[in-house]
Amino acid sequence: MLQFDFDIILKTLPYLLREGMVFTLTLTALAAFGGLVLGTLLALMRLSTIPGLALFATGYVNLMRSLPLVLVIFWFYFLVPYIGQAILRTERPVEVGAFASALITFTLFEAAYFSEIMRAGIQSVPKGQLSAGYALGLTYRQVMSYVVVPQALRNMLPVILTQTIVLFQDTSLVYVISITDFLGAASKVAQRDGRLIEMYLFAALVYFLISFLASLLVKRLQARTAIIR
Amino acid sequence: MNYNWNWGIFREPNPEGSGTYLDLLLMGLNWTLATAALAAVIALVFGATIGVIRTLPSRGLVLAGDAWVEFFRNIPLLVQLFLWYFVLPELLPKAAGMWLKTLPNASFWTGAIGVGLFMSSRVAEQVKAGIRSLPRGQAMAGTALGLTTAQTYRYVLLPMAFRIILPPLTSELLNTVKNTSVALTIGLMELTARTRAMQEYSFQVFEAFTAATLIYLVLNASLTFLMRRLERAVAVPGYVTGK
Amino acid sequence: MSNAAGPMIEMAAVSKWYSPQFQVLKDCTTSVAKGEVVVVCGPSGSGKSTLIKCVNALEPFQAGTIRVDGINLSDPGTDLPKLRARIGMVFQHFELFPHLRITENLCLAQEKVLGRSRDEAMAKGKALLDRVGLSEHAGKFPGQLSGGQQQRVAIARALAMDPIAMLFDEPTSALDPEMITEVLDVMVELAREGMTMMVVTHEMGFARKVAHRVIFMDRGEIIEDRNKEEFFGSPRSDRAQLFLSKILAH
Repeated sequence: MLQFDFDIILKTLPYLLREGMVFTLTLTALAAFGGLVLGTLLALMRLSTIPGLALFATGYVNLMRSLPLVLVIFWFYFLVPYIGQAILRTERPVEVGAFASALITFTLFEAAYFSEIMRAGIQSVPKGQLSAGYALGLTYRQVMSYVVVPQALRNMLPVILTQTIVLFQDTSLVYVISITDFLGAASKVAQRDGRLIEMYLFAALVYFLISFLASLLVKRLQARTAIIR
Repeated sequence: MNYNWNWGIFREPNPEGSGTYLDLLLMGLNWTLATAALAAVIALVFGATIGVIRTLPSRGLVLAGDAWVEFFRNIPLLVQLFLWYFVLPELLPKAAGMWLKTLPNASFWTGAIGVGLFMSSRVAEQVKAGIRSLPRGQAMAGTALGLTTAQTYRYVLLPMAFRIILPPLTSELLNTVKNTSVALTIGLMELTARTRAMQEYSFQVFEAFTAATLIYLVLNASLTFLMRRLERAVAVPGYVTGK
Repeated sequence: MSNAAGPMIEMAAVSKWYSPQFQVLKDCTTSVAKGEVVVVCGPSGSGKSTLIKCVNALEPFQAGTIRVDGINLSDPGTDLPKLRARIGMVFQHFELFPHLRITENLCLAQEKVLGRSRDEAMAKGKALLDRVGLSEHAGKFPGQLSGGQQQRVAIARALAMDPIAMLFDEPTSALDPEMITEVLDVMVELAREGMTMMVVTHEMGFARKVAHRVIFMDRGEIIEDRNKEEFFGSPRSDRAQLFLSKILAH
């Protein structure tokens, strides 16, 4: 058997947390928020009666959901500089920072998944609620923003949070474009000091604890909302 | 956009000497299919077993099943693959560790088993939900007829449960295919990895990624089509499964 | 805009199809004068709920015209949200917004549609809540109230918009029997104050008490449209007779 050296974890912990975990958690939070906003818009487009909008949203969602996240990460890694060039009309492709690139990728990718959740949520709001909103003189936009979407968000909250836990785990895939997220930081230390076992076991443990505890909280929330309704 | 498009690139020979660039991608597709197939079998066998275990009236077994699901669901797939590929051989007795490390196609076996076990937790959730969705009277009727617990599951509960969960299982199958791409991190040269290789050899980024995207879309559509055929083939007349 | 002389609600030959084979409303013609209370009854599936939902254009119709306060609903220039804001509607299943407190339910449309300030909307809401006898529940969520209480809040919510007319779509049919009276009491009071009301209901007691006219519908058609006294007193169509005997049997 090998000699384990768990001191390495204690020694590198500040680096792992400050560099790695902060990146991972920030990326998760911002991508979840952006993805939810964009996903809600996509869901509304998909349910709208304007055929062009519905078709675009359906196509986008199905495309994203058909592709492996790793491939999508590569796609945007190479595509975003060119898009930046087209938008900013610069001479050469725009250099995009690692964080911005990852954030754009995960927001656009997660939007497809959140859109499916919000579509189910919007459809779960009884039709009478829309009628009541219209009967009070609210416009379509007002009915959606004050009556339907808040209820959809509330009904879907456990599913949204569960998807965010999946997103939290999926952010580890930025490893493939050599970004220093939590796993990236652990991996760097592992390679530098030849401590693969300790670092990967530790990374697994941290991911497990965070995801597991978060999912327990979601379950409790689910039980509570189930009683209220 | 000052990018030099060259769609003819797929007919040009690749620097690996294994035919054209198209051949390179198709070889990748082969590995994707092989890995996904093995992973799907593993996910189904373990997922079904664990799913059944979690519905049994034994506290210990249910707990063990729950632990399995929580373990494989709460660690990122990438980290799980690292555990099996880098960590496991070191933790085993020396001889076994050496054998693992020198195994031919190690990244394929590790990738398939790793993805399979990861997916087994999700299949287990579906199987459990499927069994739970059956009326409680079904199991009682089986028992009342004198069937053993195993027989009740084999002949009464599972045949209906699997029919009910076929649609979600289809999407888990598609997820299995997509997840095999994560195995490129442990050196498996599947479709996404070959696409990346093509981009590095030829600098034709967008042609390579467009081709890979189309291949994944076709693969998805074909699998969805096959699973729908299966759903229809095994559908029970008069029994409407809610979508 | 408003025409004091003409009827408040005026329907002429309104027809509606769900599909080419299935017609839900057939040439429905009637009107409701200002201050009039009209009860619409008929067996389930007779189209009475659909008819009342056409009045504020919650249901589209394919033929005929409906005018509310002189404004033609089918006119492309008609601002439907603005018109709907002037017609109160009460639903069978209350349709209070479950994610909003009672006060917020009362204020939402006042603020967003009428542009009232929070204070103004709150004062109005509180006054109406007091009127339907539910002041102490102001801070609760709809799910914490009984069905009868929720329906009274729903009436207050509609009244908060200062409507020129009120539509009631089977307001008591989702309620337990012991809660029906508390809702009907509010409606009777409203009728006696001179509110223009169109009420789809099976509560013939309510009709006898305050209705001016009764409309009987069957299979999408208006079969009878008469004074209350005539409807309950004089001979009438077989279908209405059969319906009444079933309704009044118990």
